[in-house]
Amino acid sequence: MNIQEVIRYLKEYDGPELRLMEVCGTHTASIFKSGIRSMISEKIRLISGPGCPVCVTPTSYIDRCIDFAMKDNHVLLTFGDMIKVPGTSSSLAEAKGEGARVDIMYSPFEALDKAEKNPGVTYALAAVGFETTAPIYGLLIREALDRGIANIRLVTALKTVLPALEWICENEKGIDGFICPGHVSVIIGSDAYGELAHRYQRPFAVAGFEPEHILAVLYDLVHQIQMKKPVEDIHNLYPNAVRAEGNPKAAEVLYQYFEEGPAMWRGLGVIPGSGLYLKDEFAAFEGGSRGLETDRELPPECRCGEVIVGRIDPDQCPMFGTGCTPTNPYGPCMVSAEGACGIWYRNR
Amino acid sequence: MKITMAHGSGGKSSEELMEQVFGRHFANPILDKMEDAAVLEVSGRIAFSTDTFVVNPLEFKGGNIGKLAICGTVNDLLMMGAQPKYLTCGFVLEEGLEVELLERVVATMADYARQAGVLIVAGDTKVVEGQGGLFINTSGIGIIEEGIHISASNCRPGDAILLSGTLGDHHGAILSARMGMENGIHSDCALLSDMTEALRKEGISVRTMRDVTRGGLGTILNEIAGKSRCQFEIEETAIPMKEEVAAFCDILGLEPLYMANEGKMVLFLPEEEAEKALAILRDTKNGKEAAIIGRVREGSGVRMITRLGGSRLIDVLYGEGLPRIC
Repeated sequence: MNIQEVIRYLKEYDGPELRLMEVCGTHTASIFKSGIRSMISEKIRLISGPGCPVCVTPTSYIDRCIDFAMKDNHVLLTFGDMIKVPGTSSSLAEAKGEGARVDIMYSPFEALDKAEKNPGVTYALAAVGFETTAPIYGLLIREALDRGIANIRLVTALKTVLPALEWICENEKGIDGFICPGHVSVIIGSDAYGELAHRYQRPFAVAGFEPEHILAVLYDLVHQIQMKKPVEDIHNLYPNAVRAEGNPKAAEVLYQYFEEGPAMWRGLGVIPGSGLYLKDEFAAFEGGSRGLETDRELPPECRCGEVIVGRIDPDQCPMFGTGCTPTNPYGPCMVSAEGACGIWYRNR
Repeated sequence: MKITMAHGSGGKSSEELMEQVFGRHFANPILDKMEDAAVLEVSGRIAFSTDTFVVNPLEFKGGNIGKLAICGTVNDLLMMGAQPKYLTCGFVLEEGLEVELLERVVATMADYARQAGVLIVAGDTKVVEGQGGLFINTSGIGIIEEGIHISASNCRPGDAILLSGTLGDHHGAILSARMGMENGIHSDCALLSDMTEALRKEGISVRTMRDVTRGGLGTILNEIAGKSRCQFEIEETAIPMKEEVAAFCDILGLEPLYMANEGKMVLFLPEEEAEKALAILRDTKNGKEAAIIGRVREGSGVRMITRLGGSRLIDVLYGEGLPRIC
């Protein structure tokens, strides 16, 4: 089957309405960028999942980051994505205008050179991400120890994907199949989804990020659902990057420095064991990451929580495009380059 | 030698800096009079533009802040169909700036002003506390010949959309420099006059021209579509990009449609002149990779036909982009 035949199959699909969740924000971005929604049947609904780390980060985390950056001789380093996410009273960008020291980083390792050059300043990295990102911060701590750099901290909002997927399978019955997050799968391996797929009898398939990869995985999922056979194995359509067992070396680094604990997911609530925190032996590098489980209530109008589990499409939120836009975001899903609302808005 | 607060005092050190750096490179009969203001003879319609340059780092592969400062303002005048004539330059120097670096920047400015056929007729220098930084403002005047009316509101359904070359080179070069990445990406910073001049000589009637700078092609197309009350449809596969820049964007998750360029322009002209204009552009130094990237239609907004035949909306750039890029 060539790609044109795949496109025709997806365009002409006329069975029951299917709701397929792309868990990862990078997939959402690629789907919009390549115009895939315009190429497939309206009966195949693509739902954006909770795989944008910025979108599931609680408000209180932003507050923590601001608290840090407001202290004398403290600098917070963050990727650009986080800078406009609203905290309780302001975003990092707004706090910067009020005197907080917030710098955009392009690579976490920049921090080490900065810290070495300016021993009088304490640098904290806003470490936000999933299994893909966490090992990098593990390596950063390793290098800081090797180089004897003590003025580095991590304020982490690191999460693992499987507990969130389990939450969705348990609480959201309307999802017919899952496109597994590609980058996370590189680390945890395609087999990691097997247990969920069996228990909930939903097909999971791993895909790359090129539009052809996504079309192929959509075909695969629709086909699996059409076949109505019991779900047995995880289809790995990204074998060049993802192995069944994942990348044990990265996982080893991850669990050398981090341990699991409860984490707050904006919109989902606290999911036990879904957070990654620096182990006690590395407490010297801890910048205040724990104890964020009691997030303030989301403002009633913000429906980011329903967006990230696929209960509503972004444009069904009453704030969408009016009270919440990329230039003046209200919810985190509008802020991030990989957030469903932002992507919908930019491609509306 | 480094710049100190004394260089901004208006006294002896200022005078020396003026003579040794600015006077030496920018000399021309109007500037040399050193009056409080330049007196210029102009008649007819003039285009008048100003731009301030804050790029970091000051020197990068393919140029420096001085080259940007001349090309930026000259190109803005050219895009209105004007013949650039006079520039003013305002410098804000931070103490600690290496005089040698300043001189390299000023020499580059003199060189590109000569190439552009403009005279630098007035200037100003201030020194502020800081860490060796340098900011430049240039303002420019150009003369618009009789009969030339180029405007962002002139596009008509059926017009062809041309892009003069590859996207993302300047942004890629600046970002690479900041990240300390060694690669072959050079800024495309250039005067667009070879292309505008060639089109003018051949009598091509351009309706709209814009240099594709901050905000990138996506943002600029949206601005023009809004002003002309038309829809633009562009084709993903028609947009030229250097392989190395494309790979760089892929790795860093950058969208070339929103990346800044400093030597590219987008043009709108009647369909029947498109092929001829394309051939003319491709025959110039800076237009070798020019392409017809789309068409103007009835409607609103900017749409892109993707590589696999899908359709997507191209919105303006949201958020910060890359700060201090030009």
